Amino acid sequence: MVDSLGCGWRYAIAAPRLERAVPPTHPQPSVEPYPVLSIRRLRRPGLEPVDLDVAAGECVAVHGPSGAGKTLLLRAIADLDPCDGAVELEGRSRESMAAHAWRRRVVYLPPESGWWADGVKAHFADPEAARRLLPRLHLPADALAWPVSRLSTGERQRMALARVLVGTPAVLLLDEPTSGLDRDSMDGVEAVLRERLAAGVAVVLVSHDRDQIGRLAGRVLAMAGGRLDTAGEAAT
Amino acid sequence: MTFIALSYTDIALAALLIAVNAGLSLVLRLGLENRMLIAAARMVVQLVLVGLVLKALFAIASPWLTGAVALFMVLVAGREVSARQTRRFTGWWTYGLGTASMMVAGILVTVLALTTQIRPDPWYDPRYLLPLLGMMLGNTMNGVSLGMDRMVTAAARERVAIEARLALGHTFGEAMGGVVREAVRGGLMHIINAMSAAGLVFLPGMMTGQILAGVEPVEAVKYQLLVMFLIAGGTGLGVLAAVFAGARRLTDHRERLRLDRLVANADA
Repeated sequence: MVDSLGCGWRYAIAAPRLERAVPPTHPQPSVEPYPVLSIRRLRRPGLEPVDLDVAAGECVAVHGPSGAGKTLLLRAIADLDPCDGAVELEGRSRESMAAHAWRRRVVYLPPESGWWADGVKAHFADPEAARRLLPRLHLPADALAWPVSRLSTGERQRMALARVLVGTPAVLLLDEPTSGLDRDSMDGVEAVLRERLAAGVAVVLVSHDRDQIGRLAGRVLAMAGGRLDTAGEAAT
Repeated sequence: MTFIALSYTDIALAALLIAVNAGLSLVLRLGLENRMLIAAARMVVQLVLVGLVLKALFAIASPWLTGAVALFMVLVAGREVSARQTRRFTGWWTYGLGTASMMVAGILVTVLALTTQIRPDPWYDPRYLLPLLGMMLGNTMNGVSLGMDRMVTAAARERVAIEARLALGHTFGEAMGGVVREAVRGGLMHIINAMSAAGLVFLPGMMTGQILAGVEPVEAVKYQLLVMFLIAGGTGLGVLAAVFAGARRLTDHRERLRLDRLVANADA
């Protein structure tokens, strides 16, 4: 895999917890690469124990067949389903934070976007920040004034991503964020994601798109039958 | 007070109307004749038994016996609430929440009315306590079962939207706010409609009964107003308690949406 865009880097092995070394040939991100997200023996029915560290600015891709447990993994990290194990954000355990405070920093973007009001704008805490972001995601700036029903499926998907990005996430858990998008929209989404990575946000990306994984991810992990293979990196 | 006592022949004549209905059902092939006749027979047996039980209870006027009958009424109402749900909580939660919220609301309001407004002597006189509690429970039961059903159904239907909010870091209260409000509204709509239509669209049953029993219409209206206020108050309390407690049961200490605590109700 060629890291031609300079947005990620590879560890030779699944990163040990205190790994701080960065391969010198790759561009340094602006943020120290300590594990932003640290996961130890995270498990639930359908998900075998997972150990994983994700550093600041790192994008870890997870791929595998449907039903492999990729969504279960992301939901478990976001604490949306009952699960066991130790998960830490910047050294702070999940249990020491209120659940909603945890999810504000460790944000899960589901494949199916959910809407709870009629208007698009009502879904944004900060509509002004959203307005600046929309053109970059190839969304019309006036779409904030629209009713949700006017958005196409692809527009909803990007609007849901915008909703996540106007917050202050430290970790993004992206579940098929660009499936079904046209090439231009996908490029826009990836450009915005690369910016966030460069700013130190950690990303766990679930995607079926091998090319996209190649463009974004520094590490690729395979998942099958509820087991995340963190021992060896999968070939892309 | 004057009222016209009915003979059993009078009642048998009225029962002929049911037979006419059953005949129509046969002719029109509605398939309702059996159910209608069984329901009518049940009604006769149940009401005659209740009449006899009440007669005995009024004669004895024991606080313990009255309390036991009141408890029985609450438990049966709880069962009724539980049976009307399209989705139930696992275990005893639906029955427990429904019964507990009706018990709190029904008993609170009934005891309040007996000790401060109607004031029979003794206050637990079954002649007043049991009919009042019955009216309270009948209405609260409708509100509570509707409210809980709406809440649980809407939570399951709006799962994607609720979880979208949770995933964005909203609290469970924020994420469920719309669902809870809709459920409380649904539970209270019936009593609000009943209050606004009372006297215009229908004459409330209790008032009609008192008038037939020879009570002055204005006196009967006063009683009816008291009862309607009690019912509205009790229903409001019961619906709020049931919906909020039910919403609480749909989440856990990590503010997750726990739809796994629901099962489809095979009886509904």
